[in-house]
Amino acid sequence: MSSTEPRRTALDAVHRALGATMTDFAGWDMPLRYGSERDEHRAVRTTAGLFDLSHMGEIAVTGPGAAALLDHALVGNLGGVKPGRARYTMICRADGGILDDLIVYRLAETEYLVVANAANAQVVLDALTERAAGFDAEVRDDRDAYALLAVQGPASPGILASLTDADLDGLKYYAGLPGTVAGVSALIARTGYTGEDGFELFVDPADAEKLWQALTEAGASAGLVPCGLSCRDTLRLEAGMPLYGHELTTGLTPFDAGLGRVVKFEKEGDFVGRAALAEAAARAEQNPPRVLVGLIAEGRRVPRAGYPVVAGGEVIGEVTSGAPSPTLGRPIAMAYVDAAHAAPGTPGVGVDIRGTHEPYEVVALPFYRRQK
Amino acid sequence: MSNPQQLRYSKEHEWLSAAEDGVSTVGITEHAANALGDVVFVQLPEVGATVTAGETCGELESTKSVSDLYSPVSGEVTEVNEDVVDDPSLVNSAPFEGGWLFKVRVAEEPGDLLSADEYTAFSAG
Repeated sequence: MSSTEPRRTALDAVHRALGATMTDFAGWDMPLRYGSERDEHRAVRTTAGLFDLSHMGEIAVTGPGAAALLDHALVGNLGGVKPGRARYTMICRADGGILDDLIVYRLAETEYLVVANAANAQVVLDALTERAAGFDAEVRDDRDAYALLAVQGPASPGILASLTDADLDGLKYYAGLPGTVAGVSALIARTGYTGEDGFELFVDPADAEKLWQALTEAGASAGLVPCGLSCRDTLRLEAGMPLYGHELTTGLTPFDAGLGRVVKFEKEGDFVGRAALAEAAARAEQNPPRVLVGLIAEGRRVPRAGYPVVAGGEVIGEVTSGAPSPTLGRPIAMAYVDAAHAAPGTPGVGVDIRGTHEPYEVVALPFYRRQK
Repeated sequence: MSNPQQLRYSKEHEWLSAAEDGVSTVGITEHAANALGDVVFVQLPEVGATVTAGETCGELESTKSVSDLYSPVSGEVTEVNEDVVDDPSLVNSAPFEGGWLFKVRVAEEPGDLLSADEYTAFSAG
């Protein structure tokens, strides 16, 4: 296989039949949108959306030493996760820089599924493989073993319940259980990246099309629509969720990103990055780094990643993600700004949009929180 | 999608209507609107401004990106579409009609404007 040819998911023919606009994302040819990305965004907020997320990188970690390996390789306490539950965590370099953010499912006592971002899957696989030396555990590249479909939005529990006998009511947020959906064996996880209730379904790629069609039919009356990566980005931005390469990079530690809580110093034994992260934590305590804040535009011009945040003619930060918010009806952004300007309502903050300073309101994240 | 036969087109994906009393209407093509995605902000030249063929005279922002607006001809702007400033989604819903962008009194047009058929072939390539 040529390394320059984009990879296609098991649902490629489905996307093309639906007339999707495709885009290259981390080496994968993925649906960007099927129609209007704003309509797709609103469907997820009000009814349901169906996503192909098969570009995500699955890595299996198994064996008697699997928990010990992950506790050594990642910053979280994975040995403390009960089978059937999942954790949001990170993998860092020895210097504390973030290599990726991850969701780790503990499928059984000695079996974990690590889900990495598509762009970082190889880096994470290589790091886990290297860090596995001396542990009684196996690290396996399972990227080709799964297609990943997500049903997100308030109507998603009803839609999924019509296709499975699995106990969805008993399935908590950040939990996963094996089950059968529309006759297809699946790992059913109550996770997502949209700020809504929803499910992610890990299945054999050979079953992906059958499951997609079944979900499409089951969701039609509820208003489910196929959704592309464009609305996934605005959904996660409204929900204040970080995206690797934007809010998270190797140049930042979890403490710089305001996510120091994922680092579990209290767990047993050494872990990669512990010493550097302890220093980063102390540094953040004494001398607050830039703070990740929300910005809401007073005008209509859209801030983009990399645009300077300004106050009193000085650059005081940088936009990491920005987009027009379908829910707020105004452009929004996440940005790292100096602590002195990070309090909600700080006056005089703007974004330099191609030379023009546009006024912005500083707010706490997230922009949107669903009603439970 | 079909590109109206009575219009002419630039390689920057603008369309230009036949002049009436020396004034032509300018917009972006359906192909361009689809490529942009949902347009959320439109900045147009001011009435009375002079625009130059092939040079930027405004911008179009969509969810994912910002794009320069080029004028397909040189001349003076006589009117801008305030409806599209208020509701940029008109660019997506009716790019050849209610989503027009500005009118220009044509002083000079470049020799390389395309016919509908030529543009259809160009934008498919």
